[in-house]
Amino acid sequence: MKWIRLKYKKWYQILKNGIADTNPIVVSVLGICSALAVTNRVENAIAMGIGVTFVIMASSATVSLLRNLIPPKVRMVAYMVIISTFTIMVQMFLEGFFPTIATRLGAYVGLIITNCIVMGRAEAFAIKNPVRYTLVDGFANGMGYTFVLIAISSIREVLAFGEFLGMRVMPESWINWGLFALAPGGFFVLAMIAWLLRTMTKQYEEQEA
Amino acid sequence: MALQRIFDIIVGTLLSQNMALIYILGMCSLIAISTSVKNALNMGIAVTIVTTVTAVINWPIYQLLKLSNTTHLSLLVFIITIAATVQIIEMMIEKYLPKLYQSFGIFLPLITVNCIILAVSLFFVNRDYNFVETAAFSFGSGLGWLLAIVMLAGVRQKVNRVSNIPKGLRGRAIAFVILGILALAFIGFTGIGSI
Repeated sequence: MKWIRLKYKKWYQILKNGIADTNPIVVSVLGICSALAVTNRVENAIAMGIGVTFVIMASSATVSLLRNLIPPKVRMVAYMVIISTFTIMVQMFLEGFFPTIATRLGAYVGLIITNCIVMGRAEAFAIKNPVRYTLVDGFANGMGYTFVLIAISSIREVLAFGEFLGMRVMPESWINWGLFALAPGGFFVLAMIAWLLRTMTKQYEEQEA
Repeated sequence: MALQRIFDIIVGTLLSQNMALIYILGMCSLIAISTSVKNALNMGIAVTIVTTVTAVINWPIYQLLKLSNTTHLSLLVFIITIAATVQIIEMMIEKYLPKLYQSFGIFLPLITVNCIILAVSLFFVNRDYNFVETAAFSFGSGLGWLLAIVMLAGVRQKVNRVSNIPKGLRGRAIAFVILGILALAFIGFTGIGSI
């Protein structure tokens, strides 16, 4: 009966917060640029999700290791340098092993640097927590991001191309709904997913004055 | 000829290749700051200035990197240039134009992590622009972003005042619906200008 006590463990809470309660995209609305720009194919979404998860975990761990050495005044620049180092690693890895995905993602791989989630986790969590928790936190947030990306891209790819992961799923008579491969489709799908998840988890925002 | 090309690029980046509504860049600050038209306008102006200045500085640096055959480091170099430029602009405005600083000084640090600044620098690399084209492209992109954030803020202000939004869509989620409709309208500009 050990597993019942699981939910009182700190790492379980961190995991749950990252994936569900404070989901980076749906609840905190961070990292939208890449979430919408690359999600017209499921394949791209998976590659981007894994890349971002790696960058969050690696940069949070590094920031946390150096947290006693980084002077508070220059911490932003320090984050930037750490994050861009890992982003360059992801970019070179994709170019070396998955050139087709790398060309399709284009400049958006480089834009992982300015993905607010990475910076946000470094500033909000990694700078004041020990390394083992930052790894869990980075993984949880990265997975929360990846799940939403896959959800958005499965809707968009099926509607826009009639395919899922490159396999035909819609009947031959299906007319491709090209709009969903473009920007407006992304916005509408994300709005609907945010609406659904917020209603399910009852995490409402107040209406602004 | 050259003048026509510059005009083409600026109109193109403003309408048919709008950074915010077609390429979906700079969303974090677009959604966070579009709660009032006044703030949106200040943020837009700040972004336009920083985009233009950083792209103009990054272009010669990229040529140097190309000469020394280290283009794979361009990401790291660009982001450091951007962070440094933003810091310098912030200090200069604080010293010489204190009134201006009060109205949009708080947005300046946020700009470092705005994707549009880095994206402009990455795009001119991909497209092999010369110096003048880079300057026109970055200025137009900034203006296009300003247009988008001001329009979004205007609609949001009105929507919040007059309509009863479903609970789950309140706050930032309704901004996506508005952005979707704006983006739909901007697709209508396809073909105007070329970049």
